[in-house]
Amino acid sequence: MSDSLSYFRQNRLPHIWCPGCGHGTVTGSLVRAIARLGLDKNKVIVVSGIGCSSRAPGYLDFDTLHTAHGRALAFATGIKLSRPDLKVIVMTGDGDCTAIGGNHFIHAARRNIDITTIVMNNNIYGMTSGQYSPMTPKGMLGTTAPYGTVERSFDLANLAIAAGATYVARGTAYHAPLLIDVMEKALLNKGFSVVEAITQCPTYMGRKNKLGTAVEMLNWFKERAVNVKAAAAMSPDKLEGKFTIGELYNKSEPEFTAEYSALVEQVRRKFDTFQGGVRECAQNSD
Amino acid sequence: MPNAKLMQGNEACTLGALAAGLDFYAGYPITPSTEIAELCAEELPKIGGKFIQMEDEIGSIAAIIGASLTGRKTMTATSGPGFSLMQENIGYAGITEVPIVIINVQRVGPSTGQPTSLAQGDVMQARWGTHGDHPVVVLAPGNVKECFELTVKAFNIAEDLRVPVIVLTDEVIGHMREKVVLPEPGSLKISKRKAPTNPAGYKPYEADLDGGVPLMAAFGQGYRYHVTGLFHDETGFPSNKSDVTDRMLRRLMRKVEKAEPQMRDYFEESAHDCEILVVAFGSSAMSSLSAVRQARAQGIKAGLFRPKTIWPFPEETLRAYAAKAKRVIVPEMNLGQIALEVERVIRNGAPVERLGKVNGELFKPEEILSVIMGGKQ
Ligand SMILES: Cc1ncc(C[n+]2csc(CCOP(=O)(O)OP(=O)(O)O)c2C)c(N)n1
Repeated sequence: MSDSLSYFRQNRLPHIWCPGCGHGTVTGSLVRAIARLGLDKNKVIVVSGIGCSSRAPGYLDFDTLHTAHGRALAFATGIKLSRPDLKVIVMTGDGDCTAIGGNHFIHAARRNIDITTIVMNNNIYGMTSGQYSPMTPKGMLGTTAPYGTVERSFDLANLAIAAGATYVARGTAYHAPLLIDVMEKALLNKGFSVVEAITQCPTYMGRKNKLGTAVEMLNWFKERAVNVKAAAAMSPDKLEGKFTIGELYNKSEPEFTAEYSALVEQVRRKFDTFQGGVRECAQNSD
Repeated sequence: MPNAKLMQGNEACTLGALAAGLDFYAGYPITPSTEIAELCAEELPKIGGKFIQMEDEIGSIAAIIGASLTGRKTMTATSGPGFSLMQENIGYAGITEVPIVIINVQRVGPSTGQPTSLAQGDVMQARWGTHGDHPVVVLAPGNVKECFELTVKAFNIAEDLRVPVIVLTDEVIGHMREKVVLPEPGSLKISKRKAPTNPAGYKPYEADLDGGVPLMAAFGQGYRYHVTGLFHDETGFPSNKSDVTDRMLRRLMRKVEKAEPQMRDYFEESAHDCEILVVAFGSSAMSSLSAVRQARAQGIKAGLFRPKTIWPFPEETLRAYAAKAKRVIVPEMNLGQIALEVERVIRNGAPVERLGKVNGELFKPEEILSVIMGGKQ
């Protein structure tokens, strides 16, 4: 516990999240996963977009970058390509990641760039007070879906896998120990990792859809979540109305920045006589 | 033996960037800027630098801001449609004070417009494209050699002031070939952002309120600081206190204003004693110069003022040259953008005659000459 506390900027607390919000549980889980791995604070960069979820990095004691809505992965790509030795983590919301940032998401996955992406999925746009997102289940209410959304939602995990992510897992704010486990593995994967962390937004998602208090929403997760391993042995009708959690995909594939660095080495050997421009960033020459 | 080479403007921009220390490029292909990306893709790996083709221009500018935060000198290049997409993050680089360079090789707009034709329609977008008051510097080369020189200068200004700097070229300058004598490596003045020396007590946005530039730590060096596009105080953390907001925005704007005299750059010919002053930049100025020379040859007291820093606009210098002029003519490849600035600067002086051209074809010197000679516009 004290170990993980040391990764927080404790003087930045209390946080801005509503009472009962699940974003804190997800952030806490991430920090515990980092603490378990004993990552060097000075070598971790946390990047986020815009949204309630994207405020998380401000509370964490690393170099932290709060960017523009949807763009966290593109900023993170620049950081990781520049400094492959750094551990780069992106914290993003379901809207930030799958709506405005959807293109960066699939391309980061396609490259298999070594970034760990934590999607805090509350199925709604929290920061802007409850509009429906690409992750809002069909039929549910949002302030811009007053009669229920008729749009279909993404299957985020399958989207990530199809686009090329090499580690994909899902958990919920109810299943915090599982979240910590999969986040730890995501951080260890040398490639693009996605953890979809389903969280409760009692203020907007809950109130609008009469889902009850935060505790009732957490119970809802508990009742409907089935571990993938258990799900494998269950019949389709038993799985009706349920969703799977746990490690959904894990496959080792060549990682983008390592491949690029190898290419640079190759090219440099070939052109070692090059008398190029002024070079001053020796510390970054990898 | 000087290092002379025949090259196009886009190549000169790239070589200038490399000479200035460019070691990270992210971009998305677009005519007429693509040669810059192609050359960077080829050259950067040779010097241990990095190149990435992003999924779009929003991602490109985001990636170079991220890489700049790790201590690299970074750049992207684009043209109209891509430049429009970059706007939100230009503001982000401005408020977070992350040095970046953007080369915008202008083409005919709006929209997809005319990809392979000449225009200078992004003058105002380069200054005011992103929302809110924001600091930005815009340089406009008038020939291939200046593509090299002003790209070096762009990096130096970006590093010194921690601002986004835009090099505004155009389809003609970008693709035109000229002989350029490259300076000896080591002969150039190259700036590097000032960095703190100790993480203890580091306040990432602490600076003299009168246009001071804060010290910039690189990510991954133990400073563990926060960067946000929200208004923030000296610590880098968000603040919505009205006095913090006011102070910060004024300091950001003051940085550029205060440095204007040192950054100011222009070319003039026969402007000292001219009665007819032509004000033009970029490729329009090439035709203008030829017209001014022909007019002089015929005994007309014409002169040319060509700003190279167009934002901030070199007001004082223009005012001085325009003081004795009876007429001021502003040829540009748009329907009146830099002319608005000229009108503002010399508002009580000679009348300003706008000479806009938007058919995608470079001015012929005779078109400008005929206006100088009093012919119909
Ligand atoms: C370009 C842009 N468009 C829209 C917004 C407004 N906006 C801020 S946060 C947000 C949605 C955030 O939702 P999500 O990513 O799901 O995160 P949450 O707040 O629910 O954690 C929107 C639409 C913005 N800041 N920038």
